Amino acid sequence: MQHTPTTDRFEVALGSEESAYALETRNLNIYYGDSRAVNELSMGFDRRKVTAIIGPSGCGKSTALRSFNRMNELIASARTEGEVLFHGVNVYDPGVDPVQVRRWIGMVFQKPNPFSKSIHENIAWGARINGYTGDFDELVEDSLKRVALWDEVKDKLKESAYALSGGQQQRLCIARAVALKPEILLMDEPTSALDPISTAKIEDLLDELKKQYTIIIVTHNMQQAGRVSDRTAFMLLGDLVEYADTKELFFNPRDERTENYISGRFG
Amino acid sequence: MTGTFNQNLSVRHVRGSRWQAAFALATILAVAFLATLVLTIVDDAFGWVIMMDETDRRELTRDGVTLDAQNTAQLLATIDEHLSPRRYRALERELPFADRGRDDLYALVLAEIVNPEIAETYNLFESLVSAQAIKAQAAEEYPEGLLVFRSWVNARFLLAPQSAVPLAAGIKTAILGTLMTILITLAFAFPIGIGAAIWLEEYARDSWLTRAIQVNIYNLAGVPSIIYGMLGLAVFVRGLEPITSGAIFGASAAGDTANGRTILSAGLTLAVLILPVIIINAQEALKAVPGSLRQSSLAVGATKWQTIRYHVLPASFDRILTGTVLAISRAIGETAPLVVIGASTFLTQDPTSIFSKFTTLPIQIYQWTSRPQAEFRHLAAAAIVVLLALMLSLNSFAIVARNKMRKQKRF
Repeated sequence: MQHTPTTDRFEVALGSEESAYALETRNLNIYYGDSRAVNELSMGFDRRKVTAIIGPSGCGKSTALRSFNRMNELIASARTEGEVLFHGVNVYDPGVDPVQVRRWIGMVFQKPNPFSKSIHENIAWGARINGYTGDFDELVEDSLKRVALWDEVKDKLKESAYALSGGQQQRLCIARAVALKPEILLMDEPTSALDPISTAKIEDLLDELKKQYTIIIVTHNMQQAGRVSDRTAFMLLGDLVEYADTKELFFNPRDERTENYISGRFG
Repeated sequence: MTGTFNQNLSVRHVRGSRWQAAFALATILAVAFLATLVLTIVDDAFGWVIMMDETDRRELTRDGVTLDAQNTAQLLATIDEHLSPRRYRALERELPFADRGRDDLYALVLAEIVNPEIAETYNLFESLVSAQAIKAQAAEEYPEGLLVFRSWVNARFLLAPQSAVPLAAGIKTAILGTLMTILITLAFAFPIGIGAAIWLEEYARDSWLTRAIQVNIYNLAGVPSIIYGMLGLAVFVRGLEPITSGAIFGASAAGDTANGRTILSAGLTLAVLILPVIIINAQEALKAVPGSLRQSSLAVGATKWQTIRYHVLPASFDRILTGTVLAISRAIGETAPLVVIGASTFLTQDPTSIFSKFTTLPIQIYQWTSRPQAEFRHLAAAAIVVLLALMLSLNSFAIVARNKMRKQKRF
């Protein structure tokens, strides 16, 4: 298989601001076997903003998120139709290598899942396999500083990442994604396994991170969506019901179903 | 709704206690069987024996010096006096008596002239319980005999080759055969087994073909080992004879009649035998690696192989290793397939290469147990003790290695 042209396509496309959005989906349909989990999703994600996707369990929000960097295709029964445009390139184009997509579109998962390696290696490994040529110590320090973890771990970089607390581990996972200098960070309920203090730290972090990255966050927690996001999308049963500025969506929902959900009448 | 609750606690607890007792009994039975096994073997491996000398040592006293203290000249005189001229010439041809050292001569006198033989053997249990009766019997029936406590497992036993004389027989050839065979087995079964497991678990798509392969691997794991012997005989001994006999490598020296019945054939046969077990075990080990670990690697732009190489394999290696060692333990104990492919039952020459004729510990044990003389029963028991020790040390190595690796990972 010849993947080199793909690399060029992304890197050429990257500098240009040809697309209004950092990421855009067009008529995205995702199936698990015969059942459709995401239904004709068409939406754009603004550059350097935090976009939250909310909705009750099973509404397809995590599925949609995982499809943006082609992580969803790891599920054997999943099938994707439609387009996900990243700098004008459809990441589902037959010539596109998913490995390349994931390098530009990073991901943070529900449960912290650091590598079974040292803190240093957790950050450096991804950069190394992607052919990073700079100074690794510098990269590790910079990445950890971006997630406000440097001061807590700078004296134990050689220790196992599992020695950290859950909240620290999750910030390490964010740093791991940031170290690749991605364009977009996908976060799949990143605080659902964390205590309130760790959650607050990560929410504060998002404000900093959005200066450089486009962030798309899936969350169960409507307060969290209200606190951290600029734009919010509400999904229900695989459909995008409403997508608006966060304040607008929470205080002035257009759709009755949105209103019912945010006022806690179902979900 | 008129239903009432009848908790009936006492009956429920009694039922529970009965099951608990049954489970405890099962455990006790299992332990009892194992203990019996060990005791039977130990019982045969140690005990008193009555030794009879063909020539009484006291008659060999020379110049008032007992045999064990005699010097070279005295020993040579004894040999001159007692050894038949034919035997003398034969030994002289092997190595001139003038060139032999004192210890060598002493050993010669013992083996050729004194020639001790075992007249009677006793088990460990008898030796401990009815010591008085044994002593009385020895004094009455073998007044010339020497009653000594013998450990059938001893240094000489470990270092001597097979022999038709029980006192001289050892298991060096069999131990070397077992070790070399197992190395061959490991060299083939480990990489092929792990490779197949990785392909099946990580790469293969779910199709009728992979499902058929999977089912067959499970079935193969249950095929009786003698069937693998038939396979080994047909494929390795006969079909691939030029390779397994070493002929195409020019390794088959003149006079070597091993044909395809070599250590290589034996190792390959055992490798095929344990391959399904290794594959299944490695697959289970890979399955146990959580998906989140794979995802975290893929999400930083790692390829599938990088994910397997740097995350999945290190996380599963402890289990893979444990399973492999257990499979190897099984291979060490296999007898039937080796009998089928033509193990040598009486081999006094140590294997020199993988193209040598072979015997292994279980074959040796099998051969000794089928002999009528009591001495060989004790030799078989001693060989079993060695075989068990070998297996136990392998298994403990596996456990220690696993625990060491497990300490380093957590997910």
